[in-house]
Amino acid sequence: MASHLFCGRVNLNILREAARKDLREFLDKCSGSKEHEVEKMFTLKGGRIPSAAVKNIVFFVRPRLELMDIIAENVASEDKLHPRDFHILFVPRRSLLCEQRLKEKGVLNSFTNIDEYILDLIPYDGDLLSMESESSFRECYLESDQTSLYHAAKGLMTLQALYGTIPQIFGKGECARHVANMMLRMKREFAGSHTQILPVFDTLLLLDRNVDLLTPLATQLTYEGLIDEIFSITNGYVKLPPEKFAQKKQGEGGKDLPTEPKKLQLNSAEELYAEIRDKNFNAVGAALSKKAKVISAAFEERHNAKTVGEIKQFVSQLPHMQAARSSLANHTSIAELIKDITTSEDFFDSLTVEQEFMTGVDTDKVSTYIEDCVAQKDPLIKILRLVCMQSVCNNGLKQKVLDFYKREILQTYGYKHILTLKNLEKVGLLKPQSTMRNNYPTIRKTLKLWMEDTNEQNPNDISYVYSGYAPLSVRLTQVLARPGWRSIEEVLKMLPGPHFEERQQVPTGLHKKRQPGENRTTLVFFLGGVTYAEIAALRFLSNMEDSGTEYIIATTKLINGTSWIKSLMDSPEENLP
Amino acid sequence: MAFVTANWNPLGESFYRKIELYEMGWNLKDGLRECLVAAAPYGGPIALLKGHYRRSPSARPQLEIYSSSGLPLASFPWKSGVVKQLGWTVSDDLLCVQEDGTVLVYDLWGGFKRHFSMGNEVSQSQVLETKIFHSPYGTGVAILTGALRFTLATNIDDIKLRRLPEVPGLQEAPSCWAVLTQDRQSKVLVANGSQLFILDNTACTPVTPPGLSPQASSIVHMCVSFSYKYLALLTDSGHVWMGTSNLKEKLSEVDTKIKTPPKQMAWCRRPKSQQPSAVVMWDGLLIVVGECKETIQYHLDDDSVLVPELDGVRIISGTHHELLQEVPGACEEIFKIASMAPGALLLEAHKEYEKESQKADEYLREIKEQSLLSEAVRQCVEAAGHEHEPETQKTLLRAASFGKCFLSNFPPEQFVSMCRDLRVLNAVRDYTVGIPLTHTQFKQMTVQVLIDRLVYRKLYPLAIEVCRYLKTPEYQGVSRVLKHWACYKVQQKEESDEVIAKAVSVKLADAAGISYSEIATKAYESGRTELAIKLLEFEPRSGEQVPLLLKMKKSPLALSKAIESGDTDLVYTVVMYLKNELNRGDFFMMLRNQPVALSLYKQFCKHQEQDTLKDLFNQDDDHEELGNFYVKASYKDQRLEARVALLQSAVDEYYKAKNDFSAKTTEDEMRLLRFQRKLEEEKGEQLVGFSLHDTMTTLLSVGLHKHAEQLYKDFRVPDKRFWWLKLKALAEKEDWEELEKFGKTKKSPVGYLPFVEVCIKHHNKYEAKKYVSKVTPEQKVKAHLAVGDMEGAAEAAIERRNESEISTVLSRCSATTDHLLMERLNRAKATAVKK
Repeated sequence: MASHLFCGRVNLNILREAARKDLREFLDKCSGSKEHEVEKMFTLKGGRIPSAAVKNIVFFVRPRLELMDIIAENVASEDKLHPRDFHILFVPRRSLLCEQRLKEKGVLNSFTNIDEYILDLIPYDGDLLSMESESSFRECYLESDQTSLYHAAKGLMTLQALYGTIPQIFGKGECARHVANMMLRMKREFAGSHTQILPVFDTLLLLDRNVDLLTPLATQLTYEGLIDEIFSITNGYVKLPPEKFAQKKQGEGGKDLPTEPKKLQLNSAEELYAEIRDKNFNAVGAALSKKAKVISAAFEERHNAKTVGEIKQFVSQLPHMQAARSSLANHTSIAELIKDITTSEDFFDSLTVEQEFMTGVDTDKVSTYIEDCVAQKDPLIKILRLVCMQSVCNNGLKQKVLDFYKREILQTYGYKHILTLKNLEKVGLLKPQSTMRNNYPTIRKTLKLWMEDTNEQNPNDISYVYSGYAPLSVRLTQVLARPGWRSIEEVLKMLPGPHFEERQQVPTGLHKKRQPGENRTTLVFFLGGVTYAEIAALRFLSNMEDSGTEYIIATTKLINGTSWIKSLMDSPEENLP
Repeated sequence: MAFVTANWNPLGESFYRKIELYEMGWNLKDGLRECLVAAAPYGGPIALLKGHYRRSPSARPQLEIYSSSGLPLASFPWKSGVVKQLGWTVSDDLLCVQEDGTVLVYDLWGGFKRHFSMGNEVSQSQVLETKIFHSPYGTGVAILTGALRFTLATNIDDIKLRRLPEVPGLQEAPSCWAVLTQDRQSKVLVANGSQLFILDNTACTPVTPPGLSPQASSIVHMCVSFSYKYLALLTDSGHVWMGTSNLKEKLSEVDTKIKTPPKQMAWCRRPKSQQPSAVVMWDGLLIVVGECKETIQYHLDDDSVLVPELDGVRIISGTHHELLQEVPGACEEIFKIASMAPGALLLEAHKEYEKESQKADEYLREIKEQSLLSEAVRQCVEAAGHEHEPETQKTLLRAASFGKCFLSNFPPEQFVSMCRDLRVLNAVRDYTVGIPLTHTQFKQMTVQVLIDRLVYRKLYPLAIEVCRYLKTPEYQGVSRVLKHWACYKVQQKEESDEVIAKAVSVKLADAAGISYSEIATKAYESGRTELAIKLLEFEPRSGEQVPLLLKMKKSPLALSKAIESGDTDLVYTVVMYLKNELNRGDFFMMLRNQPVALSLYKQFCKHQEQDTLKDLFNQDDDHEELGNFYVKASYKDQRLEARVALLQSAVDEYYKAKNDFSAKTTEDEMRLLRFQRKLEEEKGEQLVGFSLHDTMTTLLSVGLHKHAEQLYKDFRVPDKRFWWLKLKALAEKEDWEELEKFGKTKKSPVGYLPFVEVCIKHHNKYEAKKYVSKVTPEQKVKAHLAVGDMEGAAEAAIERRNESEISTVLSRCSATTDHLLMERLNRAKATAVKK
């Protein structure tokens, strides 16, 4: 089931298995038996829990007070005649505050078991871990609530317990510093209690999202990035409009088109997807048609199969070939859906403006394009993405320009968005230009953030993921590996937050003896979220010949510009937390 | 070496040996006479209560505690009630059972720990006899009361008193009784004359030992083996009956020929014993009985006490401490006179080798020919474990090591671990330590427990040596010992806080996984708060520091420690604690100095206590946030007046915050709300809550052009946006006439392409064409294409000689219908490219 976790350099299945074991142990405690038949799963909501013929009810919750109130309501309205056993499993950590809350509500004693399920980093793919902590960026930068960073540090400790101490820690940004401090502190706490393991990771790089606010704002142009931008990938699944996936069976002639969205799992266990996910979308068509030829050639083989042995051989490969064929069909459909959008004029215009901003064209005045989009009341998030991007690329907007945009937005989309705009200002996505010089061009030039001659088909640089723009975060990672951050000291100073290096003592005897030609392994942790395009860029670096470093990626949350901006919005009309 | 078998006595098929463990270090005037004695198993401490029979207040009995080698550990006059029985718990605590059923618990050093009662019934009818027993559940106490009833507590750390059923026909104290642990239950076996009963929670069941000699009219003594598996009964006829404790099987019966009641009887077994055997002690005489008719008799000079062990019986007298046991198989094989066992031959071979005699080779050859060399080595190693004399141990281990040289692939673990174990055992058996553990006992007890015991005896350096030597993981070994040491250290009242804190930190500096908070708790409990705080500084786990700091009322420190940890839940815990402890003013002040805590608390208030949030902003004069607060609140209210009032408050705050933009915007918002309300009332259009843009669109769509214009002017909406808005609204309404009029009012700030596009969007090509001519040259091609006029588009593109525009048009041409056009375009393109 979890074959996609095996394929990377680091076997993340160890982490998954450890987490599964913990869960099983908890369930053992609840039911008192070895059988863990889960009868039904419900999403947490107020009122009485729907009936189900079960003995045990387990609440899997994040430790948040709002949720405690719902649970209390659930428990209080339970049928007294047929009591069931209640259990709470806090993910990823117990909270005294929440337990206190349950106590105040008078339901704490109704729980047979209260425990924590330490699941900080969830393996998403062979090289990808995510905490899926939705509001992490908002909490850290807007609300000064660093809870998610504490969980991140704990998660890294768990990781080190399973994969050995990481000897080198680099970081950039306030949050990175905070996480590193906590890790070093926790190391002292855990000292001696760990069995000693040969380190799997050589380096940990902690990066604050606010060091690179630009990248998530840009439209991702890799296959996977575009799927996420357009259809949004949640927990490794994507829901797609069903029309293109109608099974064309003979005789039916597409009579009944499916109405339910088509749900697909996306990870590297699917051979074809692994191959094309990180390609620039413009290179996907060619890859798909090549694959189509290979598959039909494979099916043609059957005509060559003469002997019984050959036929048997062919038949044994059939399931694999059929899976490949249906995978190809799916991705062809997805690519068509995406192509409809990427070839539209709207998409093209918006991308052109983005690229102008990123190359520093006219970033200091009101953009006619944005103005027109507002006038036509395009989706607010699209506007916000563009305005923020302009602000970031210009190191702040002239007061007059900024006020103009703000007025335009408030008049068009409603005054309530004043709070959202303030949030964006608070996290630095929008800001008035200070007296300081605009240093974005310097950063762009030093880090080569814009590459003129990007090759989308056979890329030789990470800039292919945005068709020209090389994500700043990944450039920092790349420079760190070679030639080192010392070479870009000046630029690092321009970016927010401190940069640092820490070393953790590895017991003698556990020092890695690297075989000649063996790559280093670096864990890059994006605090505040990472986009699929950035992941693609890091994978590209891992696979580059003689890059010397392989990357494993960890993050608080997989994001894209839309979900990111959304997380920062405040809508006072709804009772949102 | 020749004397190894000197203390061996044969009994039936096997041998018994009596080894001297210690010459006792104590100096007892009257020996053990008139003493109440209790010695803990596994070579534990010995407690003596002297002169407890004398019941005069002038002469208080003296309670003394010694190590197994007789070194004094504690001594104090007994001031409490009459003691009926002494006993030790599994964790080396001393239990003193008083006549009134009160049990006092002391530590090894004579320090009083606690007391508990065995219940009202016991205290009323007084304790007649008592027995202290050990089971997998801990240490238990069984009491026979004056009312001839039994009361039992299986685990003194979790006391659940059980009163057992009555024994029928019991008129006076039973002749003897014992506690058994069977089927996870503690039961009492009672003999009343010749009758035998088993008492459990619910019933009293009469039982008969199979094959008990008929001459007996009464059972005078009984004992249960260490493992509770076997039972021995002594009858008034002098017969010892031995069998399983479930009374299903008889193992043997031996006539001791002594009819006087004995002082003590104990099982003398070892795991893998060859025969069942028991030791019976009378004044001056000790008899070992087994399966055969013969017995071994030892003369005793002095009053003695038997201490049953897992693998034998210890005999403690006023002067000596001995171990009586069946000779272990391996030792017997090797040392038995004329033994030809492989081990014996190997030992012999090694002896010859040391003498540089060629006989060594002959012996070795003999073993090897039978391929028994590995067996021989194994025997020697095992035997070494059972020998008490280091010299004998060494001889055997050397022989084993010698034998090993002639073996390939012999696993070394057994040899290595035996060497290590013996070194540890010899160290703890030392007279100064006085823990005479056998190897079998040591293995049963585990290293962990041994270290605990050493720690309990404050033998910290030795404990650490043992941990290091046995390579116990630091966390469970050295660190644990050091923690205990530190806990002890902080209770030393004579030293200053500074000295102790320093001593502790220096010693514990690089030990891993030390829980300083436990040490600090100890210090706090002994009334040394300052020391506790100092020690807490060393605690790396903030989670551990915080609760104690709160307990000690050091809340500011607790708060900063919680923040340092990064654990926000911990911070919340402290904040909530402070909220309840302090008055509001102090609470806010404290938060003010801790920004991290303050922002977390604000988050909490945002969800839970809106009013407190406002107070917090007020306290900080945070007008910006107050403004935001009111804005948010305004959306929660349905009534327009209330909303406007809240917005006005927001405006005031924004001005105070010098945020003119927000203030003005909010004023605009109020203005819009009022306008919307007014129009709602006048025209009945649903408007409140719409954005300015949507309001204008709505107005235009219902034909209220004047009002829309008014908003456009009042709110200084940019021309461009208004034009877009209006033309879209009109197109939506399909009010083409009005659109045309609008297009002519003045020069369009958005150009005329949008006009074309909205018309096309609403499928009105006719109207769209009206605007094509007005479109700027740059957009002409697009406009023509939009209305589907290929000719026009081609014309415009060619005129502009713009290659990309020509290509665009080309891409839209269809090869069948626009053949000529395409030719023209291609030609134009060619010239355009040239340029």
